[in-house]
Amino acid sequence: MEKNLNNAREEIIRRSGVNPSKCMKCGKCSGTCPAYDEMEYHPHQFVYMVETGDIEPLLKSQSIYRCLSCFACVDRCPRGVEPAKIVEAVRLEVIRQQGANHLKAEGVAENLDEEIPQQAIVTAFRKYTK
Amino acid sequence: MKVTYFPGCTLKNKAKQLDIYGHKCAKALGVELEEIEKWQCCGGAFTTSSDEIATKLSSVRALKEAESKNQPLVSLCSACHNVLKQTNHAIQTNETFRARVNNYMADGEYNGGAKVMHYLELLRDVIGYDAVKEKVVNALNGKKVACYYGCLLLRPSKVMQMDDPENPQIMENLVRALGGEPILFPYKNECCGAYVSFENKDYTAVKSGKICNNATLNGADIILTACPLCKYNLEKCGSDIPVVYFTELLAEAFGIKE
Repeated sequence: MEKNLNNAREEIIRRSGVNPSKCMKCGKCSGTCPAYDEMEYHPHQFVYMVETGDIEPLLKSQSIYRCLSCFACVDRCPRGVEPAKIVEAVRLEVIRQQGANHLKAEGVAENLDEEIPQQAIVTAFRKYTK
Repeated sequence: MKVTYFPGCTLKNKAKQLDIYGHKCAKALGVELEEIEKWQCCGGAFTTSSDEIATKLSSVRALKEAESKNQPLVSLCSACHNVLKQTNHAIQTNETFRARVNNYMADGEYNGGAKVMHYLELLRDVIGYDAVKEKVVNALNGKKVACYYGCLLLRPSKVMQMDDPENPQIMENLVRALGGEPILFPYKNECCGAYVSFENKDYTAVKSGKICNNATLNGADIILTACPLCKYNLEKCGSDIPVVYFTELLAEAFGIKE
């Protein structure tokens, strides 16, 4: 298990292209995050926990589905760490496993209403499903 | 002049006003939007992971077509524009990504030669706001407009390079050219809640509610947007401020709104 999680850390770093050791722990990413209140782990914690290899809590947390991909953290990080890319890479680590899609096609109908734009459906699927 | 046009899925369905008035206003300004014949959905979001290739190929095909016609690739939807621009940037700057994409391109490589433009950039940089102003027959008479950008038009700013990401003016200056009054709107680049509304509308209602309240508090008559998903979220949050596509406002000022 430990070996797998170590692989997960390397995969997340490779896939995101983020170097978490550049982070100087200023917290600006979490300070500017519109999803802060809804996240169990905040953007700066994602960066730190990936850096230290504490991956498992992130994989199990709903926080990976609360990030809005708004890129506020990416734009405002004074060190160019790009935390949103780490969050996305962790989410991919989960949903790329067999049967681990967050959204299932069978559940689509109940989320639809008359006005919902196609954009909402395709984007949610791109983000939550492989 | 002619430009290559990528409409995207929503503009052919729930956001027809954005598409129809985009065409009509371009025509009034002497620009023809030449729709790509067999365009495919952009997917709505650019996956930042460098090992996602296949999900970006629809964008690459659109970029390749624009390049082959030697025209800029123009879109109206914030999401399509964001995905196309980010894909083009990845092709231009990431050699491995470019090589892996081109493994799929049976009818010739694409190496990043197209120029991606949002319709707003076309108005500002190619047509010019002076030319826009000349077409105004029905000035907005000081209508107070909250110009809402959200995320997709501006970020990541290193790639999008549309305007100052913290205090953009591209829509404000358009509104001024049409005779309207853009209001001070600190929440103009805050996120509306995006695609999360698909599964959790309470969450996005909080995000969008703050934006609508901020616009109302600052005296706006309407909120202006380029994004169908922003419009949906802002309209669903319980506020009653009208949310309007920028092409609708343009058509109104040009006297061609039906």
